[in-house]
Amino acid sequence: MHRRRPLWDCFGVLAAEFGLDIFTAVAFSMAVIAGAAQFAALSLMQDQAPVLIVIIIGLAVNLRMALYSATLATHLRAAPFWTRAFVAYAISDHSFALADQKFQNEPDMSLSRKLAFYFSAPSLVAVIWVVGTSFGAWLGARIPDWLALDFAMPIAFIALVAPALRSLPHMVTGFTAATLSLLLAPAPYGLGLIIAALVALVLGAEVERRLEMTS
Amino acid sequence: MSISTATLWFVITGLAFGSWLLRFSFLGIIGNRELPECIKRCLRYTLVAVMPGIIAPLVFMPRATDGAFDLPRFLAALVTLFVGVWKGNLLLAIAAGGVTLYSMLNFNF
Repeated sequence: MHRRRPLWDCFGVLAAEFGLDIFTAVAFSMAVIAGAAQFAALSLMQDQAPVLIVIIIGLAVNLRMALYSATLATHLRAAPFWTRAFVAYAISDHSFALADQKFQNEPDMSLSRKLAFYFSAPSLVAVIWVVGTSFGAWLGARIPDWLALDFAMPIAFIALVAPALRSLPHMVTGFTAATLSLLLAPAPYGLGLIIAALVALVLGAEVERRLEMTS
Repeated sequence: MSISTATLWFVITGLAFGSWLLRFSFLGIIGNRELPECIKRCLRYTLVAVMPGIIAPLVFMPRATDGAFDLPRFLAALVTLFVGVWKGNLLLAIAAGGVTLYSMLNFNF
């Protein structure tokens, strides 16, 4: 049977193609909230990979979350244990992008205001991801190609990060990360991304340090 | 080939716990300790070190064209980036990128 490959990055659509019902697809999204890891896991299961391998690779794809965790810890370390446990659950690319920029631009924010911000706007994104999954699973291949939904996610991500590219070290970091991740794209399981990120952020910090020394 | 229900739920549970642990890792360990200055300096660049790395392959090797360079998508990305850096406004940047993409696709470049 010929099955058209979906062109858009929607987990729900893929889940429906792989025969998951809506309940399972949504539960998957609610429990994991990580697109790339969910895609990787589903594809590997389809290829009959051993369960443990599926989990390990799914987590490898998600390694950047640990980096987000360390960065949020610098902003929210004074929060109580259980609050931090909920902060952790809601970490995603979107919530991190919004919260990190807000906290860096307004270093004088009190902890309670930071938490209020974190759990309002950015956490909404997590809800949208889950709702989006169920819509995708429901609509499936009925979403027309001319909508070019495949490119909605890259545009949203560019718009999220662009305002943070406000100084030379930030631009050097961004350019390095983009170049390295393109060069390392053939590396399996998103490992190229995490290597590119680590090199780029150390370089950014070094450029910042040298600029401070010369000024 | 469909995936068995048991396998699926085992993987969902494993990934759910594992990815929460990844997200909690440093938030949990660091607790209320002050980090060294050099680490804090590096972490100021996390966002601009990760996101461009996710975005670049999607822009230069879009899935919609099976990885072939695509001018409408590339220009839409460029416009979004430019407006985002220039105006610092998320929604404005998304709107500019969307308008670029749709007009380019409709003019059949």
